[in-house]
Amino acid sequence: MEWIQQLVNGISLGSIYALIALGYTMVYGIIKLINFAHGDVFMLGAFIGFYAIARWEIGFFPALIIAMALCAIIGVVIERVAYKRLRNATRIAALITAIGVSLLIENVVIYFRGASPEAYPEVLPETSINILGVNISSISILILAVTIVLMILLQFIVHKTKIGKAMRAVSLDPDAARLMGINVDNTISATFAIGSALAGAAGVIFGVYYTRIEPLMGVLPGLKAFIAAVFGGIGSIPGAMVGGLSLGVVETVVSALGFSLWRDAAAFVILILILILKPSGIFGKNTREKV
Amino acid sequence: MLKVDNIDVFYGNIHALKDVSLEVNEGEIVTLIGANGAGKSTLLKTLSGLLKPKKGVVLYQSQQIGGKPAQAIVKNGISHVPEGRRVFSTMSVEENLELGAYLRNDREGIKKDMANVYELFPILGERRKQPSGTLSGGEQQMLAMGRALMAKPKLLLLDEPSMGLAPLIVKKIFEIIKMVNEQGTTVLLVEQNANMALSIANRAYVIETGKIVLSGTAKELQESEQVKAAYLGGL
Repeated sequence: MEWIQQLVNGISLGSIYALIALGYTMVYGIIKLINFAHGDVFMLGAFIGFYAIARWEIGFFPALIIAMALCAIIGVVIERVAYKRLRNATRIAALITAIGVSLLIENVVIYFRGASPEAYPEVLPETSINILGVNISSISILILAVTIVLMILLQFIVHKTKIGKAMRAVSLDPDAARLMGINVDNTISATFAIGSALAGAAGVIFGVYYTRIEPLMGVLPGLKAFIAAVFGGIGSIPGAMVGGLSLGVVETVVSALGFSLWRDAAAFVILILILILKPSGIFGKNTREKV
Repeated sequence: MLKVDNIDVFYGNIHALKDVSLEVNEGEIVTLIGANGAGKSTLLKTLSGLLKPKKGVVLYQSQQIGGKPAQAIVKNGISHVPEGRRVFSTMSVEENLELGAYLRNDREGIKKDMANVYELFPILGERRKQPSGTLSGGEQQMLAMGRALMAKPKLLLLDEPSMGLAPLIVKKIFEIIKMVNEQGTTVLLVEQNANMALSIANRAYVIETGKIVLSGTAKELQESEQVKAAYLGGL
């Protein structure tokens, strides 16, 4: 029974990775950029959620929605200010810029509020529900529910709406998409908005689950979500979901086996293995580099 | 309908079009023939807004469209079927057609036009749920044309529709181009297959290394010694 409980913990952690990984993978899919500032958008989401719940005292769900909306705007601003002009530059220039944006966000936050951590307020009474002898905390259930709803919503947007179809078309062939009358710049902005909103949601969930947030909290989960995206096949939305959940479960299992010091290493071992064995990831296509 | 006046276009550092002028009248099929790298695709890309002319004017229905963004040009009624079809490979046939109608909001009209496309290309109807990347070359060409027609264009730009297709399929594609034209769409056709192109066109232009070197009715060009020697496989 303890194993099932660990599995639930792993899925909760994995949900957070998956939500962040989705933004990585969507942005990569559309402009082939690893947006290393994405982990910091996640951090901003956590702080926005914190101020919304603790200072303005609005409930969890309004705070979640505000964090998602503000992160969406922040994501679009980052894209318009920093990345848009690099659309035709080398990929390494864009990558370095992304790292620069990441450092900028972290340090601006530290400048304005200091580097000290903050304790997240309690949004749910600490109860647990007993399902078939397994104790599952109410927070785990909340995280899972929010993640599932967001993923269904994302699938709906990507597959059924006009903007979602435009996003897929641009990621497959930007010039052909232009010939359909699709505004490529707006479509890229929409992708950043959606990805960043998901990272913002992940930030709030992270705060509620781990109760401690600080300005550099986005670095490690950001890297791990990136690993999850690569593991699932970068550019693939189902890949990011599966990759994130698997990584969360693997980390929890490693801890449960008594190797909790190796927890972080496990993620990077997975990255190395996947790069050696199947660089395109589980759901990735073997794409040839186009000349 | 379309009047291109002395345009210069650069493709990166290459001066791809030099002082090119050309005219397409409503209802016509006009073809532009020329060898690989002569600048045919560059001209179509300029007309559809993917490239900007450095100099010169592109007038469409007496409106200057040279240098306007592609979506504005599509909205004005020019659709471009690009070289190599460029269908959205992981998306279904139906989704590709829906994207063709991206700028339209008349649901009923879109439905009707999709039915028309399936009537024009019955094979697409059979494969509507299939990812377009799994279609054969000829089917993908049909899809690319159907997708362009979904925008309800007044002027259709076709770039090498015969490329890489078996002669029988090429014949079929050209029959359909004629049919589309008879239904009221003006066509500007770029081709390396000069024989086929001249057989359905009203008028033609010959382009060589970025310059228009010859123009006339299709019949005139079919009989021109110069064209015969260079593009119709000699005598």
